[in-house]
Amino acid sequence: MRSAGERAVAIAFGVSLLASLGLVATFIFLETQPQLEGVLLALALGGIGVGVVVWANGLLDAPSRSEAQHPLASSEEERRDAEAALELDGITRRSFLVKLLGGAGAALVAALALPALALGPRPGRSLFRTAWTAGARVVDASGAPIRPGDLAFDSVRTVFPDGHVGAPDAQTLLIRVRPEDLRLAPERSAWAPDGVVGYSKICTHAGCPVGLYRAEQHVLLCPCHQSTFDVREGARPIFGPAARPLPQLPMDVDADGYLVATGDFPEPVGPSFWNLTHTDGEAS
Amino acid sequence: MILHWVDERLGTTAWARHGLRKVFPDHWSFLLGEVALFCLVVLVATGVFLTLFYVPDATPVTYEGPYAPLVGRTVSAAFESVMRLSFEIRSGLVMRQIHHWAALVFVAAITLHVMRIFFTGAFRRPREINWLIGIGLLLLAIAMGITGYSLPDDLLSGTGLRIIYSAVIGIPFIGPYLAFLAFGGEFPTETIISRLFVFHIMLLPALLIGGVVTHLLVLWVQKHSQFPGEGRTEHNVVGRSFWPTQVFKSTGLLFLTAAVLALMGGIFQINAIWAYGPFDATTVSAPAQPDWYVGWLDGALRLWPPIEFTLLGITVPAPFVPGILIPGFLFTVLALWPFFEARVTHDHSAHQLLDRPRDRPVRTGLGVAGLLVFVMLTLAAGNDVAAIIFDIPVELMTDLLRIALLAVPLLGGLLAWRICIELARSEHGLLSPPSVRLERNADGGFDETDS
Repeated sequence: MRSAGERAVAIAFGVSLLASLGLVATFIFLETQPQLEGVLLALALGGIGVGVVVWANGLLDAPSRSEAQHPLASSEEERRDAEAALELDGITRRSFLVKLLGGAGAALVAALALPALALGPRPGRSLFRTAWTAGARVVDASGAPIRPGDLAFDSVRTVFPDGHVGAPDAQTLLIRVRPEDLRLAPERSAWAPDGVVGYSKICTHAGCPVGLYRAEQHVLLCPCHQSTFDVREGARPIFGPAARPLPQLPMDVDADGYLVATGDFPEPVGPSFWNLTHTDGEAS
Repeated sequence: MILHWVDERLGTTAWARHGLRKVFPDHWSFLLGEVALFCLVVLVATGVFLTLFYVPDATPVTYEGPYAPLVGRTVSAAFESVMRLSFEIRSGLVMRQIHHWAALVFVAAITLHVMRIFFTGAFRRPREINWLIGIGLLLLAIAMGITGYSLPDDLLSGTGLRIIYSAVIGIPFIGPYLAFLAFGGEFPTETIISRLFVFHIMLLPALLIGGVVTHLLVLWVQKHSQFPGEGRTEHNVVGRSFWPTQVFKSTGLLFLTAAVLALMGGIFQINAIWAYGPFDATTVSAPAQPDWYVGWLDGALRLWPPIEFTLLGITVPAPFVPGILIPGFLFTVLALWPFFEARVTHDHSAHQLLDRPRDRPVRTGLGVAGLLVFVMLTLAAGNDVAAIIFDIPVELMTDLLRIALLAVPLLGGLLAWRICIELARSEHGLLSPPSVRLERNADGGFDETDS
């Protein structure tokens, strides 16, 4: 007669066998079915797993054994023998050749590593510039130009420079605020025609698009790390880990009444980097 | 017979004779590393399947598949191929979901395994080498997770990549150069997907598998440590033989691990990229949480105050300290722990018997504190979700988490330390002779009385 343990193992293996056959049947007769496939696969694998573990715990009469744990270190004699086998004299005596070989090796590594520089361009001034230029029309994601009056108060729109729709580093948020609420720095008082302010949409903390606008508080909120910027005060950070304001786009309206940029952002957009303040030269 | 044929050419029988009798101590916590290993087996198996269908290409294409809400949208070829895997390829979705769950369990099993090693002092001489390899494997597993997470090119993974780019660009002096080399230019770039693919399916797995093999070879040479018990000393290993007991148990565990992962992959939806949509540089999903093992890094970014300063024209960006310096410091401390501990305790001798956590209150207390830092930072990665759940402003939630990050590890560590001491003391009390009650008698002497 079979023991209870043997019966349990037999049942487990039997379940596995049937589940595998079931899996084959679903392939033949059914469309793909993640839940069914997962459950049958789990039974097929689990049956074998349970069977083998029950077998190991109940049916193997392997006794507990003890094995000596010897120190792993080699003996003094073995060490001396190994040193003798190394025979370093012939190498260390020729220190000039050893140094020259080291130099040649280092030069070779440098020569082989340099092609890795082809992996990407040098940053140059690219982090300081976007596609915004003086006179560039402000257009929405469909390429349509925008008049200040097209925006309702406290509404938000993502815009780009004309001809660069979708350019990631030029993405800008337009928000129309009542002009009397704005508290921009004096030199920026002309940057917000009819109360429309434009700020870089790229968070100055970790670069996420600052996608949420809380109209009642006039703040932009970054959903990644909750940096919060006050749009009335030049997008000054008021909460969260961002330390720099979102750069503001200088804007005006052209002869047709459409919004245009009067230049690029005054500071680099997006996350900070070490030479961020080196805006001299061609960046202005 | 085939074994004779092999033996005559390689002399394998003499080696197998010893190998089959190798002793493995029995304790449930010794299985955590095995679970990690078997997750890796499942990851390789499902990963090979996914690789055959995945297209590592960011070229824009128009989605025309069966998932109606996205039809007509411009997506990358990579995203489209993952959509095809999810909706059209036979067993594709279950394979994808098993792969993702296995990755989460893989890192979890490694983390628990590291905790077991830490709290029982199994890293002490002679096992420092395997500790270092193990920490390296943990890092590789996290790197595998991050690179794999980014491959579907969906909105959530794109956001993750963007944050990594931002942390790298903020490294003083070399940041912008490094980020441009890694990403092939200013984020977002099309080259990054194919580069991550090379890392995820070739370079990192080669290192990971090589590391695992070395880890196991060192284990085989050094033999297992063991908990103290009857007949167990610093000079032996007590347990059952490799064959048949350990082979049976490990095989069973392999199948059981795979079975649990198959069940999870079958019935628990994970990383539904169709719900996030394709990557788009101008949008972000909210709330956005990364996979669990990256949560602590994201949490550190969320809690760190807005400190950014410029000194002598050199700016130190806000994400640099929490995103680069602190994780680097924590992992360095973790990796070098065996050497710190040996220096402080002056214990440089070899150990085969494991500590119980209560036997080492200071180590246990510090370990619990470190673990709680990790837990609090992980919770902080959900500060926006927590604020919604508790219906308080996210600003207040963040400030509470900032306080908790400092207070909870400190109090938890002290509490663990105290509990260890109390446990050891109460055990000591049981072993020491029963106390006696003395009463002073009229003569000024003492009498022992019952009680």
